[in-house]
Amino acid sequence: MKSGINPASRRKATPSLLRKMLIQKELLLMTAPLITLVIVFNYMPLYGWIMAFQDYKVVKGVSGSPFVGFDKFVQLFQDDQFFLVLRNTLVMGFLNLIAGFIGAIVLALALNEVRVKWFKRSVQTITYIPHFVSWVVVANIAHMFLSPDGGLLNILLQKIGIIDQPFYFMAKSHWFWPIHTFLSFWKEVGWSSIIYLAVLSGINPDLFEAADVDGAGKLKKMWHISIPGLMPTAIILLTLSVGWIIQSGYESQFLLGNPIVLDYSEVLDLYALRYSFQIGDYSIGAAISIFKSVVSILMVLSINYLAKRTGSGRLI
Amino acid sequence: MRSFKAGDAFLNTFLYAGLALFGAMTLYPFLNLFAISFNDPLDTLKGGIYLLPRVWSMDNYGIIFSNDRLLGAFTLSIVRTVTGTALGILCTAMFAYALSLREFVFRNLFNGVLVLTLYVNGGLIPTYLLIKNIHLMNNFLVYLLPLLVNAFFIIIMRSYFESLPSGLTESAKMDGAGHFQTLFRILLPISLPVVATITLFVAVMHWNSWFDNYLYASRANHLSLLQYELMKILMSAMNQSAGSQAHVGESTVSVVTPQAIRAAMTIVVTVPILVVYPFLQKYFIQGMTVGAIKE
Repeated sequence: MKSGINPASRRKATPSLLRKMLIQKELLLMTAPLITLVIVFNYMPLYGWIMAFQDYKVVKGVSGSPFVGFDKFVQLFQDDQFFLVLRNTLVMGFLNLIAGFIGAIVLALALNEVRVKWFKRSVQTITYIPHFVSWVVVANIAHMFLSPDGGLLNILLQKIGIIDQPFYFMAKSHWFWPIHTFLSFWKEVGWSSIIYLAVLSGINPDLFEAADVDGAGKLKKMWHISIPGLMPTAIILLTLSVGWIIQSGYESQFLLGNPIVLDYSEVLDLYALRYSFQIGDYSIGAAISIFKSVVSILMVLSINYLAKRTGSGRLI
Repeated sequence: MRSFKAGDAFLNTFLYAGLALFGAMTLYPFLNLFAISFNDPLDTLKGGIYLLPRVWSMDNYGIIFSNDRLLGAFTLSIVRTVTGTALGILCTAMFAYALSLREFVFRNLFNGVLVLTLYVNGGLIPTYLLIKNIHLMNNFLVYLLPLLVNAFFIIIMRSYFESLPSGLTESAKMDGAGHFQTLFRILLPISLPVVATITLFVAVMHWNSWFDNYLYASRANHLSLLQYELMKILMSAMNQSAGSQAHVGESTVSVVTPQAIRAAMTIVVTVPILVVYPFLQKYFIQGMTVGAIKE
């Protein structure tokens, strides 16, 4: 490759970005259109953040709308509904994170102990299914099962005698968080356990054999070998997801919520949608996007700082 | 070497029972929907359908597939998934290949620009206005273009390419193969596990999406996807039973769609995935873990 380099051509080789590009024109052909798409769909929306500091009007556009400084943020922080929505976003994000985290580890530990191959494989295959179906399907299932009108859960509870009247779960605001957390857990726990299963299968089998020799039971081996083996991965994954608590989705809340439980089901993005489309104030929508990004960055940085402080290792 | 203990036996029973219960809880809803979808719609109203249909009937499916709107949505969902997946794999492979080559001039720059998208995004409303400004509203391309480049998928595929012996690409180069030839003739054919994984992910992403339909194409009936139609039916059913005065708006299938039809639609939406994914299971686990560990 570097045949026949003489001093003159080497001096020339340094500034020749253009020549390199010419040589690699095929690679550029492969990537240039795609990087353009990335810039358009992932970076151009950032330009819209300017709206948050404007009294944005659709007809005038970003270039023509008047600047109002931080007025829109002040307006946002004075809205009581905003704090309800922020609370919902954080609480549901946090509940999902914790339930999913513990659930995935427990499921992986349990599956790892199963020696009957077909049983292990079937449970794995089945628990991955819900990850691949849409929230529309999950919401449909939830609606059918929780329905006061012949829903399975109501029938069961009535038969056992816990309730004597059909209970309308989806119309009780206090039930929204538990239902939402359970469904998210049901949907994703199998999928999230994959990574932990992979880590478990990578643990040195000598450790287990040594424990056998020492007469440790299954539970002891789990506690002293499997769980410590999982911890590094678990802590990294948990920490990485903390920053995402505020960024977690809105599809599920959109599909499971209804006007009756709105005070518990609405999350930031849905609030932004409602504000933008019903009131026509797109500036508030942009302000919410900025707020979310800032909070998410602060969370990641502070977790990283805490992790350094407590000595559990650098994460980013 | 094995030591049997009372505690272990108890734990084993507990583990197997727990896993079986959770498996059943996951599988049952789908079996139940399946039974309801094949049951006579009038008979379903009496309730009590659990694992098997009581009065077998294909009526529910008949109604769905004889409804022009639903049939159109079904067709469009397939068209979107097929084109979106084909283009998505092509783009993912090309980008991943270029980023896996150490000599590529813009390797670091493009890689940085790409990875940053995992952390930075403009948000819902700014993105909505962008789509509006570049005239993609009510346009089929809005389903394809924004999803064409996905950093997560590209990272997985790039890691896979990087794990292949570098002699492969070098000898191809010696033989005078261009980059396109190297990628499509040499690398992709031996990267079946990762290609299968990404194909599954991209296809599922397209098949399952409805929010872009709701946000960017809700006024164009001819762009309606099956998931969106199901979502509208769900919403109208929910609002009906919630007794709220919510406006149902565009749901034209019928004001209250019987549970049986809803079940059949849910099955139509779910089955294509269920048919495909068990065959790809061993690949995607491999693909997932390689990507995750390498990152």
